[in-house]
Amino acid sequence: MKVIDVVSSVRSKNAGPFWVTIDIFCGSVPAFNRIVAGLTTRQVGDALGQPEAAVKRFDIASLHVVKFSVHRPVVQGHPADRDLHGAQWAVLIEELVLPDQQ
Amino acid sequence: MNKIIRVLVPSGVLGLGFDPKALADAVALKPDVICIDGGSTDSGPNSLGTSTSKYSRAVCLREWRQLMRARAQLDVPLIIGSAGTCGTDDMVDWMFDITREIAAGEERQGNRPLKVARLYTEQDNTIVACAFAQQRIKPLEPQLPLDADTIDSCEHIVALAGAEQIQAALATGADIIIAGRTTDTAVVSALPLMRRCHAGAAWHAAKIAECGALCSTHPTSGVIIVDIDQSGFTIYPTAAGARCTPQSVSAHMLYENTDPFILYEPGGHLDVRHTHYEAQGDAQVRVTGSQWVPTSPYTLKLEGARLVGYQTILLALLRHPHYVTHAKAWVNRLTGFLKREISVSLELPEDRYEIEFRLIGVDATLGKLETRSAEGVETGVLVIVTASSQAEADEIGKLINPFLLHYPLTDEEPLPTFAFPYSPAQTSRGPLFGFCLNHVLQLDDPMSAVRLEVTTL
Repeated sequence: MKVIDVVSSVRSKNAGPFWVTIDIFCGSVPAFNRIVAGLTTRQVGDALGQPEAAVKRFDIASLHVVKFSVHRPVVQGHPADRDLHGAQWAVLIEELVLPDQQ
Repeated sequence: MNKIIRVLVPSGVLGLGFDPKALADAVALKPDVICIDGGSTDSGPNSLGTSTSKYSRAVCLREWRQLMRARAQLDVPLIIGSAGTCGTDDMVDWMFDITREIAAGEERQGNRPLKVARLYTEQDNTIVACAFAQQRIKPLEPQLPLDADTIDSCEHIVALAGAEQIQAALATGADIIIAGRTTDTAVVSALPLMRRCHAGAAWHAAKIAECGALCSTHPTSGVIIVDIDQSGFTIYPTAAGARCTPQSVSAHMLYENTDPFILYEPGGHLDVRHTHYEAQGDAQVRVTGSQWVPTSPYTLKLEGARLVGYQTILLALLRHPHYVTHAKAWVNRLTGFLKREISVSLELPEDRYEIEFRLIGVDATLGKLETRSAEGVETGVLVIVTASSQAEADEIGKLINPFLLHYPLTDEEPLPTFAFPYSPAQTSRGPLFGFCLNHVLQLDDPMSAVRLEVTTL
């Protein structure tokens, strides 16, 4: 099962020119628990081409949100930048596969 | 006495529009101040590099006229921050020019003159270089390398003003404040803080309200009201059917913010780890428990953009299935051929330019991070040439043009002809700018890095 099959929505967006932040809106307690238990920081780092240690993670139970923040691989607007607003990265997280539930 | 300061935010940014009925309903609630943001770095370094607005002047003028009329009706201050997208001095003057044009066409109410304060926050490169030499410029994460040459090479450097500088503009008694670059929140928090509202509430309200109705169930309606007092704030939209919910309000703290609980501002930071959100009635949310933590030394964040090259782009379309299937191999072969041609014909070594092929329909958006592959009907080939002058970029573009149209996958096949969507296939994109500062400037006096000018119209 993919992340997007479990959660309400995933949003990614620049947080200034040097960071991208990704919010997974789980929408319910069971979905939040499933993401917290099943989605590893390493998986997210791999999807974004970043070492695990470079990924900031926040599991926010009160909002049913799991949030990740990473440095942009290239600064916004650099010739190699492909997505000025970083908004399409959400798709990479939506498509990550979760382990089967025990 | 639990004095409430009511702030009206008509939209997330001037130029994006708002629901006029929602604005009229918000004005009927007699807010104490109208605040709107005029820009950000969100669209990239071009605005700061060129010192221009990304939004249409006519659209900004039309919306600003509506806000100036709302202001005149209420006789309260109207504040815009980050004027003209990037907030340079030119853009403060651009916004002042728009204001003057509108004022000249409006009927005066009781002949009362209109007092306009301009807050300039652009920084002189030499003064920034001097601050750097005095070790008053400190890096933020991620740290960018910085030296005197980098500072000198910036086309424009702006400092993001905080509440203190906006308050100085308010203290002049100005009806309208046009501020250069400010933090998104400072324009909203300035008056409530001045009137001694709860500091944590004022900053948190500002963060939630700065994108207008984005924190509500009807994001495009624009208009939001925040009532800030001595213990917290209450937030609600005024568009018909729109609601704020604890979820919509608390989730907005996540937006464009790397840390969901902490927000750094000039002079301190907002901490919402112990904040409580509670629905009030059907459409309002009451927020309490947010904390403001003052820090020293006082700092202003800097933004700088410098010229990094010139670009020419080309676009071709592959529809023939043979080329759609082998697009990547075709690009690899073509790239090798072009490098040799450029070296021979233009006598340019490889380190003088960059040519990048992005295959639209394959992986143009995500590049190496793309995980999916599926053969599409067609493939777009976007060629981006970056060189050290426009003439060079254009020459390379013209050299590429005939081969982008006709280059074969192998020598043993007929010469193909791809689709060019327009003539000429190459387009000069002009100068390319890059952000080169992620630093703060330490100040003893918050006003020492800004200039305030007051004019009566």
